[in-house]
Amino acid sequence: MSSSGLAISVRGVGKQYTIRHDYTAPTTLAEAIVRCVRHPFARAEREQFWALKDVTFDVARGEVLGLIGTNGAGKSTLLKILSRITEMSEGEADLHGRVGSLLEVGTGFNQELTGRENVFLNGAILGMTRAEIRSQFDAIVAFAGVERFLDTPVKHYSSGMYVRLAFAVAAHLRSEILIVDEVLAVGDADFQRKCLGKMRDVATDGRTVLLVSHNMAAIGSLCSRAVLLRNGRVALAGDVGEAIEAYSTYEDSTLVGDLRDRHDRTGSGGVRATTISMTAGDGELTRSIRYGQPFDILIDYEAKAPFDHVLASVSINMLDGTRVATLSSGFRNESFSVAKGAGTLACRVPGLPLRPDTYALDVFMHGHHAFHDYVERAMTFDIAPRDVYGTGRMPQRNEGALIADYHWRTVEREVLSGR
Amino acid sequence: MSTSYVRTLRPTTGWVSIELHELAEFRDLLVELARRDIKLRYRQTALGIMWVVLQPLIAAGVLNFAFGIVAGARPPGGSYFLFTFVGLLAWNLFSFTLSKTSYSLVGNSYLVSKVYFPRLILPLSGTLSTLLDFAVALAVYVVLLAFQGSSPPALALLLPVWIGLILCLALGAGFIAAALTVKYRDIQHILPIVVPFLLYASPVAYDVSQIPVRYQTAFYLVNPLAALIAGMRASLVPGGALPPLAFVSWSTAVALGLFVFGAAVFKRTERSFADVV
Repeated sequence: MSSSGLAISVRGVGKQYTIRHDYTAPTTLAEAIVRCVRHPFARAEREQFWALKDVTFDVARGEVLGLIGTNGAGKSTLLKILSRITEMSEGEADLHGRVGSLLEVGTGFNQELTGRENVFLNGAILGMTRAEIRSQFDAIVAFAGVERFLDTPVKHYSSGMYVRLAFAVAAHLRSEILIVDEVLAVGDADFQRKCLGKMRDVATDGRTVLLVSHNMAAIGSLCSRAVLLRNGRVALAGDVGEAIEAYSTYEDSTLVGDLRDRHDRTGSGGVRATTISMTAGDGELTRSIRYGQPFDILIDYEAKAPFDHVLASVSINMLDGTRVATLSSGFRNESFSVAKGAGTLACRVPGLPLRPDTYALDVFMHGHHAFHDYVERAMTFDIAPRDVYGTGRMPQRNEGALIADYHWRTVEREVLSGR
Repeated sequence: MSTSYVRTLRPTTGWVSIELHELAEFRDLLVELARRDIKLRYRQTALGIMWVVLQPLIAAGVLNFAFGIVAGARPPGGSYFLFTFVGLLAWNLFSFTLSKTSYSLVGNSYLVSKVYFPRLILPLSGTLSTLLDFAVALAVYVVLLAFQGSSPPALALLLPVWIGLILCLALGAGFIAAALTVKYRDIQHILPIVVPFLLYASPVAYDVSQIPVRYQTAFYLVNPLAALIAGMRASLVPGGALPPLAFVSWSTAVALGLFVFGAAVFKRTERSFADVV
């Protein structure tokens, strides 16, 4: 590859963050004053960590490169560095051409302004000049299909219209390099197809796209090469098929969700989940539960100090983010006193009536007045298909999330009303 | 399609340049953000843009009542209403610029963390919308003057100088406050206390000549805004006399120094805004 054919060259990029763990943080002013008097020089514990380390790869001009990896692998940090939102701590990167970045749909859209006004504002925020926006204005409006509502404040738009208009502005950025983060996840299927088509046009136009997505189908169809990030390092850079393969097998091969290296968590860190795992009937670790099968969710934690009234909660989500259940110890008035150090909590689930699919778990550790730890997508697991109805038939995705127990029969109306 | 344009990103340390060419590249964003500010401020208000005219008139009326009638601190000669109105013109330019600038990063954190542009655009766009308010109030001043049958004095030619210096002072202080606010939100609580105090400590509703002579030097030295407000008023109110040149020079030095220092602090901390905000 000659250097003139390069669009992006990333060499040894690293980004270090300092996180403060203030697990005894005061929650009231009185507490704050007491603490201030007693320990005037106390400082929160600090931890340095590298969100990215030694990241090196090249992107050729006109290439659509996929950037994949689990949550917390460093994808968003890398995009922010290349978009110049934040600065790297070491290394350097060359960008050949203007960069347009789209880390969110509709950044800076204002509810009170009209569609027309927002196009100009958002376009300017994304780096377009007024003249560029004016020359693209009709194309933007046509792409979004909001001609009739141009002079209506966007607060009256449906969420679909809003997203379409926002994406339309970004899609008409004329920058040579386009950096896109997971924006294909929004909008209805039709619009997503339109967006995918637009991204393809961008690439065949000779422009370069760096695309982050959890949607492997989109990555596979749009990109020829991909970079797989794992814990802030490049695990694999090459053919998109290989990268997706490596991503999927790595995801599936671990039966225990190791949360110690997850830095995309929130909370004071007083009680922290370190691993999450599942065991089914036989006590073996598993990531696949059969419909209706009893199982345990095990959370290993580490407490930095003794705490009373610790509540644990696990939420079950579909992969598109829809929450299907929350198993909170608080609902059952089950709270725990934990000693300083490591321990394990288990949640017994006698069976989940969920449709066979892949689900993700969020873990939440808190107290009555303390927020210890929250990790999204701590692990994923499958509900394995089972012939629940004994007929070989199962509801499809569009037929609901639950497998309900029911029977149909014929009745005489008098019998029902007579009861 | 040009590929000659290459930008190399690498970690920066220490003081960095203001990169004026980049600010120029984003001038349309500057205008759009100012336009947004102005549109939003008066949307869903019955009187709309009339508020730009009414606000300084009402504020001047209140100061007239408090200082002129209740406290009896009215300076001798001329129209006291015009006197306070022009004082407020200068004061509002300063205080609006200062408070908008100090809040510009935190108030736009959703932009700072999602998209790149020179961060100086944010305080500068706020200043642009403040300048528009100033222009409207200045038109009101011309009307007030016409009612009295007089016209702006020749010293009015100095007006751009006063505007420039007041903006430098306000922006300089505002840049530092904005950079600090990103880390310490306390600033947001301190400013609303300091700014009104500063109003009474500045010659807005009174004249420096009303202060005992032996304190005047200290007054000018401690409050560099004083000579600038007095200067702007002398340029706009017929028959006014400019403050002593020594104090104007002192204020000029402080304003320019603070502006350069503030901008440098802002640029120096800019790189970490998105990580902290």
